[in-house]
Amino acid sequence: MCFLGPSGCGKTTLLRAIAGLDIQTSGRIEQAGRDISALPPTRRDFGIVFQSYALFPNLTAAQNVAYGLQNARKHRTEVARRVRELLDMVGLGGHGDKYPAQLSGGQQQRVALARALATSPGLLLLDEPLSALDAKVRVYLRQEIRQLQRRLGVTTIMVTHDQEEALTMADRIVVMNQGAIEQVGTPIQIYREPASPFVADFIGVMNFVTGTVSGAHTVRLGQLELNCQTDGMAPGTAVTLAIRPEDIVVEEAGRDEDNVFEARVDGLVFLGSFFRADLVGDVLAASRLRADLPVELVRRRAIGEGQPLTVGLPTGRIRVYPAAPIHP
Amino acid sequence: MRALMVLLGLYLVVTLAVPLGIMLAKSLQGPGGAFVGAANYIQYFSTPALFQSVGNSLWVSLVSTVITVPLAFVYAYALTRSCMPWRGFFKSVALAPILVPSLLPGIGLVYLFGNQGLLKELLFGHRIYGPIGIVMAEVFFTLPHALLIMVTALSLADARLYEAAIALRATRPRMFWSVTVPGARYGLISATFVVFTMVITDFGAPKVVGGQYNVLATDVYKQVIGQQNFGMGAVVSVILLVPAAFAFAIDHVARRRQVALLSARAVPYAPRPHRGFDLIMLGCSAVIGSYLVAILAVSQYAALVKFFPYDLSFTLAHYDFDRKGGGGWLSYGNSIEMALWTAGAGTAIIFVGAYLVEKGRGFAAARAVLQFLAMMPMAVPGLVLGLAYIFFFNDPGNPLRGLYRTMAILVINTIVHFYTVAHLTALTALKQIDPEFETVSASLKQPVYRTFARVTVPVSLPTILDISIYLFVNAMTTVSAVVFLYGPRTELASVSVLNMDDTGEIASAAAMAMMIFYTNVGARTLHAGLAHWLERRTQGWRRS
Repeated sequence: MCFLGPSGCGKTTLLRAIAGLDIQTSGRIEQAGRDISALPPTRRDFGIVFQSYALFPNLTAAQNVAYGLQNARKHRTEVARRVRELLDMVGLGGHGDKYPAQLSGGQQQRVALARALATSPGLLLLDEPLSALDAKVRVYLRQEIRQLQRRLGVTTIMVTHDQEEALTMADRIVVMNQGAIEQVGTPIQIYREPASPFVADFIGVMNFVTGTVSGAHTVRLGQLELNCQTDGMAPGTAVTLAIRPEDIVVEEAGRDEDNVFEARVDGLVFLGSFFRADLVGDVLAASRLRADLPVELVRRRAIGEGQPLTVGLPTGRIRVYPAAPIHP
Repeated sequence: MRALMVLLGLYLVVTLAVPLGIMLAKSLQGPGGAFVGAANYIQYFSTPALFQSVGNSLWVSLVSTVITVPLAFVYAYALTRSCMPWRGFFKSVALAPILVPSLLPGIGLVYLFGNQGLLKELLFGHRIYGPIGIVMAEVFFTLPHALLIMVTALSLADARLYEAAIALRATRPRMFWSVTVPGARYGLISATFVVFTMVITDFGAPKVVGGQYNVLATDVYKQVIGQQNFGMGAVVSVILLVPAAFAFAIDHVARRRQVALLSARAVPYAPRPHRGFDLIMLGCSAVIGSYLVAILAVSQYAALVKFFPYDLSFTLAHYDFDRKGGGGWLSYGNSIEMALWTAGAGTAIIFVGAYLVEKGRGFAAARAVLQFLAMMPMAVPGLVLGLAYIFFFNDPGNPLRGLYRTMAILVINTIVHFYTVAHLTALTALKQIDPEFETVSASLKQPVYRTFARVTVPVSLPTILDISIYLFVNAMTTVSAVVFLYGPRTELASVSVLNMDDTGEIASAAAMAMMIFYTNVGARTLHAGLAHWLERRTQGWRRS
């Protein structure tokens, strides 16, 4: 489970309320059917990893991991065995005697993870666990944490503002904005069927254009009449249409596209694996659309700035919201 | 944790707030204890002999400040911005006055410029006893404090500002006025008010070389010890409290701004050798340093000869303290005992207090009150605190009366007297510790005290050592508060210096003052050794 949202949206506050670090002013928190709303952190069942890791600098990696085990009336050899097991689990078998300052950021992160898991908590809380790391280490650790979590089967809540992190790691994502939950769903649901313009805009790249409902399943955009799902909105209602750049298709021979119209390439930016084209057209009136075009297509058709294109907007890919647009 | 907060809050209320409150009340009472309103104050301001001290105090404080701050600035400039040789040595010399009671510069000046003084002619017929002597002694006494502030302020310079100024073709004087001075301005403000406060509340220098020149601090002492007029003593104390509290408030604001100036990306300025400039700086430092050394040296020399400056044959007779009217050698032992207790108990109380303020969760009102109480002692002059203690602890109705004139009350008083600086030091160190440590421990089901003992204390150990040496040195040198509180069996070395000077045993007073100096040098050396050992031991986990 991932809490995703812009900074200041309340995701960390929610995590801290779950941990009992900040007490909620209203509402209840239940864990496994038990009301834990009023319990102090020490009596709740969770392990936590912070953005800063909060590793004790004067204790070695092994001592850090052992910190939570030592008062559980366990024998020393048993503690040592468990610490070894945990360090092996996070791939730091040989680094137990090192101090945090002697470990790299990624290694520190894994020590913090091992420490949080030492007491076998029923719930693991991760507060922006990867944001302090280099981009490459971050991508690698994403998989590591995911695999570890699958293997141990421990319920995990992660807070992040990085949508890519949330999409790749979570089974379910909670998108939050200004203290409220916007949508809960699987990564694919969140991406494909964003429940609100906020979610649509926050996750990935999205085109927003304004239109008016003109029929049972049509919306008027400039001079275009687009077929799409209008969810029974009355004709005349002002709506915001949203479509992802990669869903806009360029018409080619032998293919039959929905909502076809003539447009012109006004700008073309190379982004490595694809080109992003800025589309304008007489039929679009003042609206512009961004479309992602495969490199192969651009090369084959020799697409450049100013070139006219026939494009289509697949009916099933257009989202219709009854609200003012976020981007003009 | 809450219980501890309440406990510590009560401790500070009993040892600080209540005594001060009672003193304020006493200033409004007549000799019989009846409420007389502002009558005491009216009497004070209509008695020229008393009222004159206000002007005198302000005058010597002003002159001392005007002299000390520029000297400290030049000295600090030499230490931080030049490549002159022996900078470490010069820094140690300038900090030496911290290690002696404020009575010592007066004694040294009497030997140098007194009626039989070596350099008497330099005063062109003026007498050292009076404002001249007070100012000269205060310069010696306050210079290291101003210097420390200036060194900090000048060390914070951003090299890129100078590079920008050079790129814009600024001349050296223009650079000095447009970059250096603005960068150090909060340091200058802070140093000005610290020096002013120290002088106006200092009692040692005017006591020894003030002669007939009355100032507020000596008035408190005379009213209480000489005339047993406690009510009037309280009035003078309250008047003394006003400029001290005012200066403290301004200094507090200035220090905050100084921190805000520091940007994390600043590139530290490193001076480059510049022969002529370095030599000038060396000359300035040598002149200022010589003055400090001369006062220390003449005091030690006079303590070892029969009768300075007439009979210069060697003798240890002045060290026979037991026959010299002060508290004897016992007082020296008492001082060490008191300083050790203060350093030990004081460090523990202050560090735990700072921990509760900084790391406590919830109970925000209590933490704010604790913080306020911890900041208060800085604004309270020692004499005022001492007098407040007499009123509170010598009250027949007080169950704590048994403490009066005991070692315990001296320790309690000294801890409170020097609470603020130690508290701020601890707070700074604690702020640098990751605030999530306590949270992680809670998630691992560990009690708070275990994290405190296994992580917080080890990580803060260098700071804890710094606090304890600060308390030790100050406990050894303090006179102002304890002078009202000691008993026959608990006289302190610093008080002994005062009493021997009073009875004319000046050489013995100098000898004892220098004993305090050597003890503090020893303690500082031990501290440096410990700190070094600690650094080596913990270099595995401490980032350098």
